[in-house]
Amino acid sequence: MGYFTLTRLALKWALSKPVTTRYPFEPRQPVPGSRGELAFTKESCVYCNICAKKCPTGALVVNRAGKRWAIDRLLCIRCGYCVESCPKKSLSLTPSHGTIAITKDREWF
Amino acid sequence: MARTIIPFGPQHPVLPEPVHLDLVVEDEKVVEARPSIGFIHRGLEKLVEKKDYQEFTYIAERICGICSFIHGQTYCQAVETIMNLPVPPRAHYLRTIWGEFSRLHSHLLWLGLMADALGFESLFMHSWRVRERVLKIIEATTGGRVIFGTCKVGGVRRDIGPEAAADILKELDGIESDMREITRVFLKDRSVKDRMCGVGVLTKEEAYELGCVGPTLRASGVSQDMRQLGYAAFHELRFEPVTRTDGDSYARCAVRCGELFQSVDLIRQAFARLPGGDIAVKVTGNPNGEHIARTEQPRGEVVYHLKANGTKNLQRFRVRTPTFANLPALLKVLQGCELADVPVLVLTIDPCISCTER
Repeated sequence: MGYFTLTRLALKWALSKPVTTRYPFEPRQPVPGSRGELAFTKESCVYCNICAKKCPTGALVVNRAGKRWAIDRLLCIRCGYCVESCPKKSLSLTPSHGTIAITKDREWF
Repeated sequence: MARTIIPFGPQHPVLPEPVHLDLVVEDEKVVEARPSIGFIHRGLEKLVEKKDYQEFTYIAERICGICSFIHGQTYCQAVETIMNLPVPPRAHYLRTIWGEFSRLHSHLLWLGLMADALGFESLFMHSWRVRERVLKIIEATTGGRVIFGTCKVGGVRRDIGPEAAADILKELDGIESDMREITRVFLKDRSVKDRMCGVGVLTKEEAYELGCVGPTLRASGVSQDMRQLGYAAFHELRFEPVTRTDGDSYARCAVRCGELFQSVDLIRQAFARLPGGDIAVKVTGNPNGEHIARTEQPRGEVVYHLKANGTKNLQRFRVRTPTFANLPALLKVLQGCELADVPVLVLTIDPCISCTER
């Protein structure tokens, strides 16, 4: 039983730098290994449609005839299932979380 | 004395979880609490008929935002048992490590919320500062802060290399000393003890008969922990369930504080014994059979019932979450308590309503 048990901790942190950052003025540094934005490499893609079939949320659309690939950023949950299933390794997850999606349009590549 | 009904929740400043209680009060004493749940039902159990059984791991993980990894792990364990998959030992150890990290961040979150409910805001901030250190480790090793996404049927998706393991163990020392500082306040401070000691006493018999699980049960003196079943790597690690005998709010807090250090010890043991080899096996075919899997979540025992019929979609999926098991105990302790103690008592069972309603 004691009083003022937090005093030592409070004094220690009163003299230390804050652990919080002044976001958004100080942008958050991406943590290496984090599952961030999905990146697409157009050159190696064979438009096999496996990623679109595997996507748990249906965020990906592949147009095989027109050789185009699209993502709905608002639907993507960044699980990495498409990255695992891509036979040509055209997909990857970048540690950066990218810009915030503000429209419901698909991003076509 | 005239009775009044005071609604508590589903939106309440002290509790981010949407549980609704109709508190029947006489003067300032609660006579009865009538719960109603179902505000955030999402129909995840039905979704099992639409999604592929491997894809469903993602949904199982999203049942809860705090104990997400253990939900995914339990689901995978159930499917693996039905399919008789030889999961590599390294995958079992990695699951154990991430499961314990999940427990650490969940308990630290709870300690913060508890301090907030007591009105001890600086302690709340310090608890969440320590939790942030745990979340950084989780993000660096799994890629997500609360949705780990590393568990899959047949093993795990990511590995932890020796360098990363050394870094984690070093960071863990710092986290442990930070936790010692904050748990000391929870267990020793007079103002915290005044709010929790002797509040909401649940005897050993009551806790057992009402079917409590997890820290709520262990705080009443029943030494029951589902990790003793030896799933994942727990059969090779040494630990004793943390128990208290008082059964009050303080005992429930003390059990969670004790489990923080137990988790740190288990992570250290798991890293020391981490075997080499593969982290996953190739999965072919579809499950056919039925299984009940039980694991220990931060809030207590979770039970998964899976029924498969040889197709890629499961036939039936049912979850009994720890909060659902602890609700009868909550109603019991609320009977006869002071109105001002209600937030503290609701928090001591660590309710997770999004789990409960799925």
